Amino acid sequence: MGRLSGRLDDVTADAGYEDHPPRVGFFTDTSVCIGCKACEVACKTWNSVPDDGYLLTGMSYDNTQALGASTWRHVAFVEKSSEVSLPVDLGMPSMSLPGADPSAAGQATESGDGVVTWLMSSDVCKHCTHAACLDVCPTGSLFRTEFGTVVVQPDICNGCGYCVPACPYGVIDLREDDGRAFKCTLCYDRLKEGQQPACAQACPTESIQFGELDELRERADARLAELHEKGVDVARLYGRDPEDGVGGGGAFFLLLDEPEVYGLPPDPVVTTRDLGSIWKHVAMAAAALTGVGVAAAVGRRR
Amino acid sequence: MPGLGTSFGRGGATTNLQDLSNADCILIQGSNMAEAHPVGFQWVMEAKRKGATIIHVDPRFTRTSAVADIHVPIRAGSDIAFLGALVNHVLSNDLDFREYVVAYTNAAAIIDDRFQDTEDLEGLFSGYDPETGQYDPATWQYDDASAAASAGQRDPEQPTGGVGSDQHQKGHEAARSESHGSGGPAVEFKPRRDETLQDPRCVFQILKRHFARYTPQMVQEVCGIGPEQFAKVADELTRNSGRERTSALCYAVGWTHHSVGAQIIRTAAILQTLLGNIGRPGGGIMALRGHASIQGSTDIPTLFNILPGYLPMPHAEHHGDLDEYVAADAGKTGFWGNMRSYAVSFLKSYWGDAASAENDYCFDYLPRLTGDHSTYTTVKAMIEGRCKGYFVVGENPAVGSANGKMQRLGLANLDWLVVRDLQMIESATFWKDGPEIETGELVTEEIGTEVFFLPAAAHTEKSGSFTQTQRMLQWRDKAVDPPGDARSELDFYFELGNRIRQKLAGSTDEMDRPLLDLTWDYPVDERGEVDSQAVLQEINGTGPDGSPLSTYTELKDDGSTACGCWIYCGVYAEGVNQARRRKPHWEQDLVASEWGWAWPANRRILYNRASAAPDGSPWSERKKYVWWDAEQGSWVGSDVPDFIADRPPDHVPAEDAAGPDAIGGQDPFIMQTDGKAWLFAPLGVADGPVPTHYEPPESPVANALYPQQNNPARRSLTQSANPINPSLSEVFPFVYTSYRLTEHHTAGAMSRTLPYLTELQPEPFCEVSPRLARARGLENGGWATIATARTAIEARVLVTERLRSLRLGEQWVEQVGLPYHWGGNGITQGDSANDLVNITMDPNVYIQDKVGTCDIQPGRRPRGAALTAYVEEYRRRAGVGADQEKGDG
Amino acid sequence: MALRSRLGEWSALRQLTGSDRLGRGAAAQSEHSRELEPRTVQADRVVDSICPYCAVGCAQKVFVKDGRVTQIEGNPASPVSRGRLCPKGSATLQLVTSPTRVRTVRYRRAHGREWEDLELDTAMDMIADRVIKTRKEFWEWESEGRRTRRTLGIASLGGATLDNEENYLMKKLYTAMGAIQIENQARI
Repeated sequence: MGRLSGRLDDVTADAGYEDHPPRVGFFTDTSVCIGCKACEVACKTWNSVPDDGYLLTGMSYDNTQALGASTWRHVAFVEKSSEVSLPVDLGMPSMSLPGADPSAAGQATESGDGVVTWLMSSDVCKHCTHAACLDVCPTGSLFRTEFGTVVVQPDICNGCGYCVPACPYGVIDLREDDGRAFKCTLCYDRLKEGQQPACAQACPTESIQFGELDELRERADARLAELHEKGVDVARLYGRDPEDGVGGGGAFFLLLDEPEVYGLPPDPVVTTRDLGSIWKHVAMAAAALTGVGVAAAVGRRR
Repeated sequence: MPGLGTSFGRGGATTNLQDLSNADCILIQGSNMAEAHPVGFQWVMEAKRKGATIIHVDPRFTRTSAVADIHVPIRAGSDIAFLGALVNHVLSNDLDFREYVVAYTNAAAIIDDRFQDTEDLEGLFSGYDPETGQYDPATWQYDDASAAASAGQRDPEQPTGGVGSDQHQKGHEAARSESHGSGGPAVEFKPRRDETLQDPRCVFQILKRHFARYTPQMVQEVCGIGPEQFAKVADELTRNSGRERTSALCYAVGWTHHSVGAQIIRTAAILQTLLGNIGRPGGGIMALRGHASIQGSTDIPTLFNILPGYLPMPHAEHHGDLDEYVAADAGKTGFWGNMRSYAVSFLKSYWGDAASAENDYCFDYLPRLTGDHSTYTTVKAMIEGRCKGYFVVGENPAVGSANGKMQRLGLANLDWLVVRDLQMIESATFWKDGPEIETGELVTEEIGTEVFFLPAAAHTEKSGSFTQTQRMLQWRDKAVDPPGDARSELDFYFELGNRIRQKLAGSTDEMDRPLLDLTWDYPVDERGEVDSQAVLQEINGTGPDGSPLSTYTELKDDGSTACGCWIYCGVYAEGVNQARRRKPHWEQDLVASEWGWAWPANRRILYNRASAAPDGSPWSERKKYVWWDAEQGSWVGSDVPDFIADRPPDHVPAEDAAGPDAIGGQDPFIMQTDGKAWLFAPLGVADGPVPTHYEPPESPVANALYPQQNNPARRSLTQSANPINPSLSEVFPFVYTSYRLTEHHTAGAMSRTLPYLTELQPEPFCEVSPRLARARGLENGGWATIATARTAIEARVLVTERLRSLRLGEQWVEQVGLPYHWGGNGITQGDSANDLVNITMDPNVYIQDKVGTCDIQPGRRPRGAALTAYVEEYRRRAGVGADQEKGDG
Repeated sequence: MALRSRLGEWSALRQLTGSDRLGRGAAAQSEHSRELEPRTVQADRVVDSICPYCAVGCAQKVFVKDGRVTQIEGNPASPVSRGRLCPKGSATLQLVTSPTRVRTVRYRRAHGREWEDLELDTAMDMIADRVIKTRKEFWEWESEGRRTRRTLGIASLGGATLDNEENYLMKKLYTAMGAIQIENQARI
């Protein structure tokens, strides 16, 4: 009980839920993502997340840039073209294709501009099996739910910000005008009523799939095999492996390129893996919690 | 959508979105479906998952291209050349579905021997009048039809000799083509046929000759598409069509927004018909309409040229009374032959008891057309002071219509303007902060327009029905009351009608009779809101005893039935609001007939008789849909048969049969007078019986196919604020094409005002290729000024390989992509791309061409009066004005 | 609530007494988290609707609480949309509850420099008067010797988010008043 790294098959029981529903999560299949950003809007609508500023970044169609306190789903747009750019005056057809990726096949033209692919991927909190944000949270604001997801409790969070550098993916952040930390809750409230998260429900092409994690992993394996069979060698799963540095994600992905291309760390490791003594940590956390908790409770009573 | 209407008989999508998942190949062209219809696109992805090949032909590499199997970059405005080459490929390699083509199309029809093709006349068809810029289609007729010419009145599109020809032209001025939304144009007789397809005058052979020059080499030169790419598309389409397999085609405003828009769609219709893909599961043409109820807005039109159900607005010259009005169609073969019943029932719904046989059912109460009264022509009338009152209702022409300056100059010259919207839009504030105020072309104090802004109710604040892209009506219930002064359009117009009628009560002036005799007594609730279901019931129609009708075949021409829109008859069958049906899809098959209601008669795939072979058996088990069950003596299947249910496949109508009785057992296109799909349109299309490639009104290249540069029948709008860039101009060397983004909605009132959408695409931008960026010194993220003879706008720059440099023969063509959603109001502001777009229209539907030429330079545009001077300098350098006459050859 | 009973709720205490010894799960659950309930459940009623943006016609469910729309999401029962919505459809709640929606009549008099307020009733009356006046002023019984029975003085341009019933009533009233320049987004 209480492991901070390595394989952990029942993270929910590990967090003290004796009789709990199956662990749920997201499988985001980027091979069918159309970059519509319905997930971003559906998330904000449901969770009343404020706008994140109006900035044209010039980075393809990505104007929300990264996950943060006010962007809990973020669609990355990656434009790639082949290295071979023909001289302008030649106009030779360029038929070299990167692998047999169906999303790239047949794009050569007389233009001489080379071959284009446009990758889109909806990123989200990974709801790690070993979630460093949760491990370092001194107030108990971040906690693991009965569904195995990782959630910030806004009535507890005091904005200390320890969680921010702890996240190996840079997901969680403090909202400037509010002070507290925010991130994807996997629609904790909706889960309680058996509803699926807002982003997954909205997703037009089922790129975002919600479900029991075990089943999602099977689905992802089947999809990967299917793509490999079709010759899409570039397809790979990211965050699916329970043996990886965070014990596998509760949200994982099928990618069509290296993770770095999408702005994802290639080999994320839970930042609390090397924490010395678990009990030392607990004692520290408990002390902090008691102090802050009293202050918060008294403060609210006024 | 006359492209579809003249080809098949109805101007609506022939299929539905779900059915796309049955396709073996999907060609998306003239549509950026993943971006503009993301949720509908799930069915394309479903097809892809099942193994279908997805092809996207588009000037830009878009979010649709990103998940397609094949993206083919094409020069904007060259679609007919590409599709024509596909037609040629099918015809010259005998890849057509011959049994289907012979039985269900007019391929075998013999055409008048006076007909001359563009092959013979260097890009023109016989019958062109250079004086008027219009065609007389007398020589395009079926062989028998011209022989049967007789004296007397004819339909405006039924030219039989001199009188008829003249009427055809007048008819086209009134956009008569659009009245083929439900019912193709009426030909007098079924044609003489050669079912061997060998007769040189038969449609099949004419097509072969016409498209012979549309070769892969020509595609390369005109479209910038290489032969390998072309071959790949041709192979996928033909390989996936036929008895066992079907291909679907999706298009949207990427086709309709051209001066040859109807003809692009015609080419697609020809291709799909030759491949045997119409009326079959996984086939068809999916016309992706842009807005919640744009299909509904043409079915029950707020359009100048048609009445509900595509009944034409009467024309002053030809429709003196009801008899004349229906003469052209009454007694004709096919279901349009019952037009008198539809018309009389319609008049009864407007004028109730006041409409009687004695007074021609108040036919005379209808105002008449004398020509083109479309929106762009009307704007010109406003500028010229001939139109002084304007209602703008849920629309934002100052941003959303072509040539924004003309729109605003028109608005500034009204006596009064009523704007109804959710948000304060540019069309309501032009007098205060429009671009012309900045340049000084307009001065606030000098603008005499009185403006009323009335807040509108949102879709959740009223009940009513939308007709979506697959002709399906879906009812919305009201959730909450509208806030403050906000009212629904229903309540606004009902109240306006009440007040006008009260003020005119007692008037003895004949001009007020139509208003005073109008049936205008809708029930209201305790808030005073109109019962919208009562209006739907009026649309559905009622029988002699006042009970709702079930189908349009019950309509009578004796005044005993009333029906507001005959094609919607049945939406209130059995007194039940069928559009409100919500049976979950998991309790139904894919056709889902019990969700909402589709016109006509709840048919979900049109012309589905063609899903069976001539003998009535399914073409194949795999593509089984509707078939003849001899034991039951009926057509059966999972959809409502789009046919007379008990008419056997071997039925041959009597020689003198009329109306529906004349439909043979192998005539799947029941709204066509000859029951066939039209590969060749002897009537109904203003700019030729078969499609021909012409360059857009503004083009950087010469027409490689014919000496004729532009559509000779295109409709130009001569106005000083609408100058046209000369073609092949070095001053305007690039092609611009405008489009929409997933994150925004048309002119922006419903998206630029919302933080969640605005943050996703916060500013106007233009997209250019790296090559063009190098040539003009444009930097990613920097500013650019895009100039045409109309004006210049500024936008941020995205340099992207998704915009392709196209090689056309020896010439390179660069395209500038321009999303058009922005204006001066909203959370973020920016210039409107539509200010650049010229008004040159398709002669069938009077829709503008979204493609034109431009220059692009780094940096922001000049402000104020300097902008006017800047554009004036461009005009001077390009010699604009010297070359503005039509027929520039 | 007494401080004492609040203390009893404290996760720190629960953590020391329960099985979640690290205080990262069950023991850490706050009162807010325990009582969390989606507003879809709190709604007084759920109303069937259709998305007002594009022509796919995605089915929506509108959740209403105390006379206000609190959530709009896709209706999974639809055979066309299967519960899904695009970003615009997903922003519909913001569309109908937007604080920048205009809620009162605004009036700009001829040559005026600013908006003015106007009662709805007054505005309706003024508009009716103007219709009657312009209609008469531009009335035309004949054109080139042919009966036309119309006015070319009044035009209309409608958006394609109008309901069928609304279009029907608009065309009916305009036609009866003899106005023919009645157009729609469908041509644009």
